[in-house]
Amino acid sequence: MGPLIPLGQIASGWDFIIALLIGIAFGFILEASGFSSSRNITGSFYGYNFVVLRVFFTAVIVSMIGLEYFDYMGWIDLNLIYILPTYLSPMIVGAVIMGVGFILGGFCPGTSYTAIAIGKLDAIVFTIGLFIGIFIFSEVFPLIEGFYYSDNLGNITIGEMLGISNRLFTFIMVVIAIVAFYLTWLIEKKVRKTITPYKFE
Amino acid sequence: MDSTTKEKQIPKYINPYFGGVLLGILILLTFYITGRGLGASGAIKSAVVTTVDKVAPKHTESHTFYSKFISSEHSPMSNWLVFESIGVLVGGLLSGALFGRIKKLRVEHSPKITKKTRLIAAAIGGILFGFGSQLGRGCSSGAALSGTASSSFGGLLVMLFLFGTGYIMAYFLRKLWI
Repeated sequence: MGPLIPLGQIASGWDFIIALLIGIAFGFILEASGFSSSRNITGSFYGYNFVVLRVFFTAVIVSMIGLEYFDYMGWIDLNLIYILPTYLSPMIVGAVIMGVGFILGGFCPGTSYTAIAIGKLDAIVFTIGLFIGIFIFSEVFPLIEGFYYSDNLGNITIGEMLGISNRLFTFIMVVIAIVAFYLTWLIEKKVRKTITPYKFE
Repeated sequence: MDSTTKEKQIPKYINPYFGGVLLGILILLTFYITGRGLGASGAIKSAVVTTVDKVAPKHTESHTFYSKFISSEHSPMSNWLVFESIGVLVGGLLSGALFGRIKKLRVEHSPKITKKTRLIAAAIGGILFGFGSQLGRGCSSGAALSGTASSSFGGLLVMLFLFGTGYIMAYFLRKLWI
């Protein structure tokens, strides 16, 4: 029965070794999928390469179905799974700021690490930027503390918020993903006819 | 374009749906083992807290944000996400080596902009992403991907607004990329 570490089924000394191994797998998948290239990543926003959407949506639906299946089989106690809490307005503002940073920088934090690994100077600069951005946030935190903790809805799930079961939402996500895969495939075919092929470095 | 030039321009990446399935299984496994998902920005936060704590320990002690992550027992660097992020770098190295993508230090940019413009945009992008990740309680890995996977409403919210803003801003910043 999982989750293993919260249920004490793995000795705590293994934590960091497991973290390292999971990280290695994560980094390998990101790099091998093409996330170490900023022009590859931003292709999703201009229609010439939807690789981010494909990897991201596939990963989301596979893990959602997997968690529901593990729950159904009694292999995992979903009550012990960490549900990221929802702070409505701060999270929306944070995501909007991240969205602007994403299209300016061409990376998100995880992908920039893999780009550093293969020698991208722009990824090193992006990561230094992350450090500065988090430092600025930390320093101004006392001024925005009230906003940071506002609109706290607690560890609410999507299903609870929408008044449906999470299992039904998982199904809806699968349908949305399949429609998105098909539409973006059509868009990509069209855009690639007009955009000059770009060279990866 | 004949097939040989095409091959030169498109590096050998794995099929994105296959990559997605692998990533989905990894997230599932991570939840099964640790009860939590993946992350990336958390490691940089630990680095910021550690640095500031070394330089100005009195400042961090009384500060409402830094003090949350400081304990007398261990360094903020002895954190799950720090080890995981070191792993991401190693994993990127392994994949890059396997597919022959590790090369000398270089800047990837659109032919329409200079190296300098690209680096300035990357720096500003990083600063904004770092700042936003703290308000968003995680970045695309921790909040959008792992959050949505575990059916967190906040995770879904971050995913929608992060990518939604990206699409709106993409039009205005198209010169940077195409």
